[in-house]
Amino acid sequence: MINLNINGQSIEYMGDPQTPLLWVLRDELDLTGTKYGCGIAQCGACTVHVNGTAQRACALPVAAAENQPIVTIEGLSVDGDHPLQTAWKDIQVPQCGFCQPGQIMQAAALLASNAGPTDAEIDTAMSGNICRCGTYPRIRAAIKSVAGASS
Amino acid sequence: MSDSLQAPVFDISRRRFIKAVGVGGVFAVSTQLLSPTHVFAAIGGTSLTTSQAVNLFVALTKDGTVEITCHRSDMGQHIRTAIGQIIADEMEADWERVRIVQALGDPRYGDQNTDGSRSIRYNFDRLRRLGASVRQMLAVAGGQHWGVPAGECVVANHKISHTKTGRQLDFQDVVNRLMTVEIPQDAAITLKARDQWRYINTGMASVDMDDLINGRAVFGADVRLADTKVAVVARPPVVLGKVKSFDASAALAIPGVLKVIAIPVPTAPLVYQPLGGIAVIATNTWAAIQGRNALKIIWDSGVNGSYDSREYQQRLEQKAREPGRVIRSQGDINAGLAAATTRLDAEYYVPHLSHAPMEPPVATARMTSTGVQVWAATQNPQADQAEVSRMLGLQPAQVEVHVTLLGGAFGRKSKPDFSSEAAYLAQQSGFTIRLQWTREDDIQHDFYHTVSAQKLSAGLDDQGKILAFRHRTVFPSIGALFSAGTTNPSAGELSQGFSDSPISAPNLQLEVGEAQAHVRIGWLRSVNNIHHCFAIQSFIAEMAAAAQRDPKDYLLEVIGPARLLEFEGMSEPYPNYGETLTRYPYDTGRLAHVIRLAAASAGWGRTLPRGSGLGIAAHRSFLTYVATVVELNVSSSGELTIPKVWMAIDAGTVVNTDTVVNQCQGGAVFGLSCALHAGITLQNGAVEQTNYHDYAVSRMNEAPPIIEVQVVASDALPAGVGEPPTPPFAPALCNAIYAATGKRIRQLPIGNQLRT
Ligand code: FES
Ligand code: FES
Repeated sequence: MINLNINGQSIEYMGDPQTPLLWVLRDELDLTGTKYGCGIAQCGACTVHVNGTAQRACALPVAAAENQPIVTIEGLSVDGDHPLQTAWKDIQVPQCGFCQPGQIMQAAALLASNAGPTDAEIDTAMSGNICRCGTYPRIRAAIKSVAGASS
Repeated sequence: MSDSLQAPVFDISRRRFIKAVGVGGVFAVSTQLLSPTHVFAAIGGTSLTTSQAVNLFVALTKDGTVEITCHRSDMGQHIRTAIGQIIADEMEADWERVRIVQALGDPRYGDQNTDGSRSIRYNFDRLRRLGASVRQMLAVAGGQHWGVPAGECVVANHKISHTKTGRQLDFQDVVNRLMTVEIPQDAAITLKARDQWRYINTGMASVDMDDLINGRAVFGADVRLADTKVAVVARPPVVLGKVKSFDASAALAIPGVLKVIAIPVPTAPLVYQPLGGIAVIATNTWAAIQGRNALKIIWDSGVNGSYDSREYQQRLEQKAREPGRVIRSQGDINAGLAAATTRLDAEYYVPHLSHAPMEPPVATARMTSTGVQVWAATQNPQADQAEVSRMLGLQPAQVEVHVTLLGGAFGRKSKPDFSSEAAYLAQQSGFTIRLQWTREDDIQHDFYHTVSAQKLSAGLDDQGKILAFRHRTVFPSIGALFSAGTTNPSAGELSQGFSDSPISAPNLQLEVGEAQAHVRIGWLRSVNNIHHCFAIQSFIAEMAAAAQRDPKDYLLEVIGPARLLEFEGMSEPYPNYGETLTRYPYDTGRLAHVIRLAAASAGWGRTLPRGSGLGIAAHRSFLTYVATVVELNVSSSGELTIPKVWMAIDAGTVVNTDTVVNQCQGGAVFGLSCALHAGITLQNGAVEQTNYHDYAVSRMNEAPPIIEVQVVASDALPAGVGEPPTPPFAPALCNAIYAATGKRIRQLPIGNQLRT
């Protein structure tokens, strides 16, 4: 049995400890905001916070996340009102939206550790997250609008 | 499990295909104004068999909420919002009280095939009329309520007012009365004037915005039905290959794996049939993937087993060096080329491309007592009905297709092989099945963008003016998917940036060569425009360089004076994306206009430092004109950076101005991926790439930080938006590379070609 702490809730997981966290979230807990895009830590669609850092849930065995606070997009804010989510709305970032939970989680982890990232720091932090629809200029603008507001 | 952990369950109870009016306090507008000639004339191939059929686009609930049905699929182009804007505007609904409902697949909606950049083109007029008819009916209902003529009633922003007395009613006050009001005749419908539009031609946010940023949006894989099992399939590595033998014992030993089922071998033509193979069904996705990996299968490669894309490239290139079938001819090409002072020849190559939408294909299916229900990220639910019914031996009407949000599509998801797999496995296993494609499945078993070789030749006079232009194109046709052995591209494929060449030359000849298809060829965002635009717009810059002219000025000169192209000398009529040239002319003036706009905003002509350059390209596709200017820098080691891109688009009347900008930005980045990285190669008939690490798409660090878009204000008929921004990007980029370095890229992807 593995003890998980997800979005402030305690969960006991009985399945295969090698199962990637992604599939536990999606298949067992119906937390479908965390997406599958590649399964090999190449796209960032599955990004969650583990202990406050951005992690690819598709490449993280659930056992490795035991007893650490895990936050998914569903738990990032109560009403979808994290400053980044607000900026995402204002700038109308999403096209299809499939990558956006991962992008927002990645950006939130970036700003939590660096409130005023430079363009190069944004590139470094965000380039593991693919947006096939190509919303990169808007993602960058949204991150900068929040970073600018808080600095 | 606590409530806060519950992801919302897809609302399966909200079945919107209600044939009767006035069900459960819901008023539904059925309308006969959608007469076959009026609405369906532009929708080639769809026959409205029951012109009396109820089309439910608008419903009012008891509390006055307006429910607007969206019958097209949303893959990021925000069509759910745009359709809402059109209808809500014309019927004067308050946007805050509008709810968008997604239609099931049903031919009674007319065409639901959401590709070809045509949702607005096909529906703008009919949906405006539909909305306007409701507004007029609301006025009648208000008039009846007060016992005054409808003409004295004004409908605005969810209210009906009696102008003489100032009395007001809310829409909700007339719901019941509305049910008895006669639908106005087509001729009696009055549309709002453009300057009265509230929502159309504004940049309103997506109706799904909140869901998209808080993780609640329901995409294909997010559908949650009771007791669903997950299936993952091992498909033949080679198209038309099959299983020789297999051993599933190791797979079945994996905890969670329930069943292993063989999927029937398809026969040519493939159309949308599943490719066959072995499915592993498990209690969860991880177990299904593990089980699939544990299968031991010996494959028979079949007829395509010797396909080698490198060797095939040489054959295509050779073919392009030989005379082909003449598609369009003006003047005397040989005499023109012979008379030239300067002769240019160049060969271009663009490889197979994969759609690689962020969300791989996925569908959920469950059998019912009357047929099957399918929930799918599909661009074309009616195609799902047709393919699933074929696969299961049912009638299309027995297949109920629910359309989820699509996590990107780009043409991939208009081919419903994945729904068919899900439904077949549901039928065979008795389970509710979620059929999940992995990314590897997606990259390796796509309906690929074609592969093409082209040879372009030009003759210039001593002033550098174009005397003669010859363009040969060779590529396997999408037609082979539908008719096995097809080796000639259709007029439609050729019309995409080839037969509609805007080049104004006294001697011009366009030729096509035959090519066999060895993979499933499909359509990918802007289709044949990708390779044709790349070649032509690069070659025009080559001519400009040979003539020692400014590329933008030369481009404008080659396009010639503003005029409507008549396509003289064509071997078959120019298809014009299914529209007449009267309704949607090819106006070279509009093409020149976007070129001038993009060039002006980019500050074309300014001096840039060494290693930097500007490149320009322009193209008409899907009846829309786009010009793109790329500024780029190439470092001494060959690293590319793109500080800025400028685009101008003339798509006629546009519904959502911000969506147009977003699609232009996205289309540019999509073009960037094609140009820099993308390329599917095959050996022994099998695709060599597997996932995003070896089929790379552009990431933030290489995407232009700023893509400035000008949307031309136009009251011309609406044209396409989703696809047209893509084609000019790659040639604009390569023209910028030439400006920066003097190196001409003629083969995509650019890959390592600039590395020093
Ligand atoms: S799904 Fe985890 S990084 Fe792509
Ligand atoms: S918005 Fe579609 S993949 Fe990013």
